[in-house]
Amino acid sequence: MSALLEVSGVSVTFDGFRAINNLSFSIGAQELRAIIGPNGAGKTTFMDIVTGKTRPDAGSVTFGERSVSLLSLTEAEIARIGVGRKFQRPTVFEDQSVAENLTMALKAHRAPWRVLFWKEGPQDRAKVDALAQEVGLADQLPRKAGELSHGQKQWLEIGMLLAQEPRLLLVDEPAAGMTLAEREHTTNLLVEMAKTRAVVVVEHDMDFVRRLNCKVTVLHEGAVLAEGSLDHVTKNQQVIEVYLGRG
Amino acid sequence: MTRQTFTERSFLAKNPSVLWFILILALFTLGVTVLSEAYGVAFISTSFVKTLGKTLCLCLVALAMDLIWGYAGILSLGHMAFFALGGYMLGMWLMYARTEEIVVAALAQGGLPATPEEVRQGIAVQIFGVVGASEFPPIWAFAHSFWGQLFLVVAVPGVLALIFGWLAFRSRVTGVYLSILTQAMTLALALYLFQNDSGLRGNNGLSGLQNLPGLSDVSQDDLSIWFFWASAFALGAGYVLLAWVVSGKFGSVIRAIRDDEQRVRFLGYSVEGYKLFVFTLTAVIAAIAGALYYPQAGIINPAELAPIASIYLAVWVAIGGRGRLYGAVIGAAFVSLLSSWFTGGRAPSIPLGFYTINWVDWWLVLLGLSFVAVTLFAPKGIGGLFDLWQGRRSPDRKGAALGPDDSSLQEKEAMK
Repeated sequence: MSALLEVSGVSVTFDGFRAINNLSFSIGAQELRAIIGPNGAGKTTFMDIVTGKTRPDAGSVTFGERSVSLLSLTEAEIARIGVGRKFQRPTVFEDQSVAENLTMALKAHRAPWRVLFWKEGPQDRAKVDALAQEVGLADQLPRKAGELSHGQKQWLEIGMLLAQEPRLLLVDEPAAGMTLAEREHTTNLLVEMAKTRAVVVVEHDMDFVRRLNCKVTVLHEGAVLAEGSLDHVTKNQQVIEVYLGRG
Repeated sequence: MTRQTFTERSFLAKNPSVLWFILILALFTLGVTVLSEAYGVAFISTSFVKTLGKTLCLCLVALAMDLIWGYAGILSLGHMAFFALGGYMLGMWLMYARTEEIVVAALAQGGLPATPEEVRQGIAVQIFGVVGASEFPPIWAFAHSFWGQLFLVVAVPGVLALIFGWLAFRSRVTGVYLSILTQAMTLALALYLFQNDSGLRGNNGLSGLQNLPGLSDVSQDDLSIWFFWASAFALGAGYVLLAWVVSGKFGSVIRAIRDDEQRVRFLGYSVEGYKLFVFTLTAVIAAIAGALYYPQAGIINPAELAPIASIYLAVWVAIGGRGRLYGAVIGAAFVSLLSSWFTGGRAPSIPLGFYTINWVDWWLVLLGLSFVAVTLFAPKGIGGLFDLWQGRRSPDRKGAALGPDDSSLQEKEAMK
């Protein structure tokens, strides 16, 4: 299986602090992967690098069959070639309706001129309806996103990510602040999504990771400490010391 | 379950305020025409018709300000520079062509027909004698051509906005730093124009703009109402254009940029491209408004580019209600007319015994206090009254910001 995303030998230093230290990571085109690690292990910085928010000091990040380097692209260009990102805090546009949020995210031309003359066709509308159905917000389309509950906002954001039709999804703590039922729904969504694309989930919650039932990468001090099934990594002595031992 | 979409209904049906606005503007224009000296019962003086026409131009530039500030969240404090530049560009042709008529007439009295070179020399001396020069500066190359200068009305502010915006947005300058940068831009431009060798007559500016070349037989009564019509048409067209721009997905994207631009980047939209687009579009609209304003004012000088002018513009939009187009128009019309009433010496002074409040001096204090009061107690501005009337309420977000930054729209500012 060839890798969709290939991160190799990446290092980042913030004011002398080495947030990412010679990190290498790769994920296949249809794979679900969980990244765990203690606070400050570099999980968020890793996502920042892949999405173009942070530029690494060294190393390479390539994406897709043609191994496009992501390091020379802007955030918007990276998003356009198929990398979607979900933040820890649900970030939807609260002043706009659920339908508007989803429509904005729909895969379409992104240039100002094209957007200015964009008209919603029947297929766009059908797509928005289908997405809303998928994330359980079909009844909420005309409502303002700001009126939704925390869990609904999380789903709206996941719906927006799906609308972008990304090939790689980076998801930061999707289950934070969710009820048990909402967590279950989210788990199913993530597993379903990973059947057609690569999904990377950063998560603290071990139960949630166990339910995802996927390969796990443990980060520590900006580097990969261990990789494998959850049972495999939790037996690793180093992992127990730096991460599990603390809890 | 039914829902509104971007094209489910026609643009006008979805935006009833556009029809209302055009209707009110048309009635207002008709009313002023009927009451004018030129075409009606002479109830309104020509100078007041000019004031009203100028007010319509100010409403148009306020619309532009609302698009960039109220919708896209960029507090530009330099848009009156584009307004004034538009005025300068048209003013150059007005002054050249008008002076040409005078010079040709004067030379014709000498008996021999004047050569084009003599005419050109005569115009240059007439225009630039006041700053001690007798040659045309290179920037007057197109001043003889109406269409040339009309093109420059759009091109010069447009290109300046494009270059300035590209530099500022590319470096991701946002928030208050961008506002300061735009203030610096308008101040630098004003200081440059104050110099006698700037080529635009220094602090004298351009004058006599109320006289249209070739129309010396037409009275100012007629001209004033013609410009009033043109201003009303421009305002109506600008309103429809901007209402259309903000109604679709483009409007959705720029409001999203206002509330959380980083998130918009991760959706794949080039935030810098959108900001540049809006900045340049609003600069061009401001310039067109300026080109209509200054022939009615009759004179333009570098003081028009003073930083305070652009701050007033922001105050009008804030008082009128940012984030809704009619709010900007109401704010600009209300505050600028009130301002000319107070500063025109017609407002009665208030004797307090120990001190007399003279409104010419105290108006600015009152305006400042109103601005603070609106910001604190009625963030939706005058336009918010329409919400009361329609019984619209915003969702209760328990005071949460609508975006992660301090500069993003706050709940109390958000409209439905």
